Amino acid sequence: MSPPVAEPGALPPDNYLSEGRTLWSWLTTRDHKRIGVMFLMLTLGFFFLGGVFALALRIELLTPGRTIMGHLAYNRSFTLHGVIMVWLFMIPAIPSAFGNFLVPLMIGARDVAFPRLNLASVYLFLLGASVALWGMIQGGADTGWTFYTPYSTTTGTAVLPVLLGVFIIGFSTILTGLNFIATVHLLRAPGLTWMRLPLFVWAIYGTSIIQVLATPVLGMVLLLVALERVVGAGIFDPARGGDPILFQHLFWFYSHPAVYIMVLPSMGVISEAVCAFSRKNAFSYRMIVYSTMGIAFVGFFTWGHHMFTSGESTFGAGAFGVMSMLVAIFTAIKIFSWLGTLYRGSIALEAPLFYVLGFMFFLFSGGMIGVAYATTSLNLHWHDTYSVVAHFHFIMVGATLMAFLAGLHYWFPKMFGRTYPGALANAAAVLVVFGFIATFVPQFLLGNAGMPRRYADYPPRFQSLHVASTAGASLLAFGFLSIAGYLAWSLRHGALAGDNPWGSLGFEWQSQSPPPTRNFDVTPVHATGPHQYAPGEPRHAA
Amino acid sequence: MPHESTAEHWGSEAARAHAAHLGMWLFISTEVLLFAALFTTYGVYRSVYPEVWREAQAHMDVTLGTVNTVVLVTSSVLVALAVHATREGRPGTGGALLGLAALLGVTFLVLKGVEYAGHAREGGLPGEWYRLEALPKPGASLFFSLYYLLTGLHAVHVTLGVGVLTVLAVRAAAGGFSASDHTPLELGGMYWHLVDVIWLFVYPILYLS
Repeated sequence: MSPPVAEPGALPPDNYLSEGRTLWSWLTTRDHKRIGVMFLMLTLGFFFLGGVFALALRIELLTPGRTIMGHLAYNRSFTLHGVIMVWLFMIPAIPSAFGNFLVPLMIGARDVAFPRLNLASVYLFLLGASVALWGMIQGGADTGWTFYTPYSTTTGTAVLPVLLGVFIIGFSTILTGLNFIATVHLLRAPGLTWMRLPLFVWAIYGTSIIQVLATPVLGMVLLLVALERVVGAGIFDPARGGDPILFQHLFWFYSHPAVYIMVLPSMGVISEAVCAFSRKNAFSYRMIVYSTMGIAFVGFFTWGHHMFTSGESTFGAGAFGVMSMLVAIFTAIKIFSWLGTLYRGSIALEAPLFYVLGFMFFLFSGGMIGVAYATTSLNLHWHDTYSVVAHFHFIMVGATLMAFLAGLHYWFPKMFGRTYPGALANAAAVLVVFGFIATFVPQFLLGNAGMPRRYADYPPRFQSLHVASTAGASLLAFGFLSIAGYLAWSLRHGALAGDNPWGSLGFEWQSQSPPPTRNFDVTPVHATGPHQYAPGEPRHAA
Repeated sequence: MPHESTAEHWGSEAARAHAAHLGMWLFISTEVLLFAALFTTYGVYRSVYPEVWREAQAHMDVTLGTVNTVVLVTSSVLVALAVHATREGRPGTGGALLGLAALLGVTFLVLKGVEYAGHAREGGLPGEWYRLEALPKPGASLFFSLYYLLTGLHAVHVTLGVGVLTVLAVRAAAGGFSASDHTPLELGGMYWHLVDVIWLFVYPILYLS
């Protein structure tokens, strides 16, 4: 059911979208809301591009042998799929798009701490993306998104522009993270103590710490690979005494925490949406906060679990395995908290809640399998198989995507002042969740049966599972296209939403929708935390 | 930014200065992590090739390195004095001290260039250009690669720092700072001290150990 229409007529005249309608007014804006919308449009565009590569891969894998492309084209396609999805969609999607739009609104600020740096981060992102895409036009890299040495330092494909693009995007990420930390520290409205902060703000705060601390190491390691290609620096080259495995250590020191750059903001979105659509305040708010910071901390000490087969010592592998399992404990705390919030809540079964449930399914099942992967002996069986592909598509992609779509549907009325056709959105949500399951469950089975990742070809006995996976991917593509269709339609023709169509008590809904450029006429004062729905009598089990 | 919107955005000037300092500290932490990747790489290869690296280290010019350390530390002291003078209400003196510090930064870069030229004559070049006849062993070229990476990245920071100090010195001479309003000066000073402190780690591991 669509939320009720507040009043007939047009959007409130003094909203940030009407502040100036020229392209120039967008390109020179320092308004965090406009910057958030620009990041949203950019990341959606890259999501589409990465999705096209994904479909191409799935079509190639429909039949054994050559279907539509040769091996080199296949290698380039999965590399570009990974690079685009990881660096141009998943890492910026929630923090840079929703974070920029919502964090100042949630904490009662006029803008982020450094608006000019914020605009600079858009341009750095655009520059990095352009350089990486230019590399794609030059033929693209064929190394996989992980750029493992020594292959990445010796292959003849256009690795350099892709590396450089990712390096530049790293600076955009750092600026965004730095801005959020300063914003949350210094621009909170009166009365908004740390333990009253919306959980989404906590999640973005934890993410920002990881972004600021881990991204420079990635920048340096990419620079080292680039120097290896340009001047033969030898750092990762065994012929000069270097060690390619060192690359893996440095790379995963960033790229494992990067998984939490993707998942922590997702958890923040889910924490907000769960409260709003069960009309209850968060169950054990403090535990969600502590587990967020716990994941941000422990995430720095788990990188070795990517390298169990790279000659790691038994003790090292065991230690990294145990640290990895700690993440599962923090995650489980969150899942219990969300379930506790839903329990005996007043459930509103809207599209965002479908995605919340999908998120919990993917996080739970992907996470449980993750604990099995952190066990060295089991890991050796699954290493570099399709199981791993399915695992990280469940927990990293599935979770991020579900949360992204939940956020998109929850905050669409906030951002654009209009609602979308509710029944259509619910149907698309079901389609996307089941499409995702249909795509990746066969891949778990394929991997367990021995199909390695990143292969363009396979023995005929694997074909039925590959066909199933491709069929799921088609469902998924259809679901995404329908979402794009009705959201684009709703931008102009959707019913007017009013200020708070969901009746949510999240702080971001206290302002007008879409908000005016200055966000608030009067700075809000907070006496309680968000989502304090009519407490009434405490409910005790009889 | 007009004053009125500043007040609305920040609430007070003090909050604005606080934010600027916090932002700078965060930036400094990213710089530390950036160098940490190189320090880690140094540690790994030093433990793999302890003997060869000791021999390679003998080709470092300890005198020039030590002189450069003194130059950089002195310039850092001058910057600290400049900030102090401005706080005490003597921004003109502060500007002059900043100019001196920037000159010392240039001196550092010149001496570094002399050092690089010496290594180049000897053949101690990075990667595939390594030609040091006296030390043909595997691992030695890695030492030189890391030497150039560490000192080169540091030199990039010194160059940026000299630019920052020069701009600040000009602004101070033009009367841009006062005892109550000199946040950019403090931030520039923090950056210069960072450059100095990084050198205080680079210098012993390359020249002395």
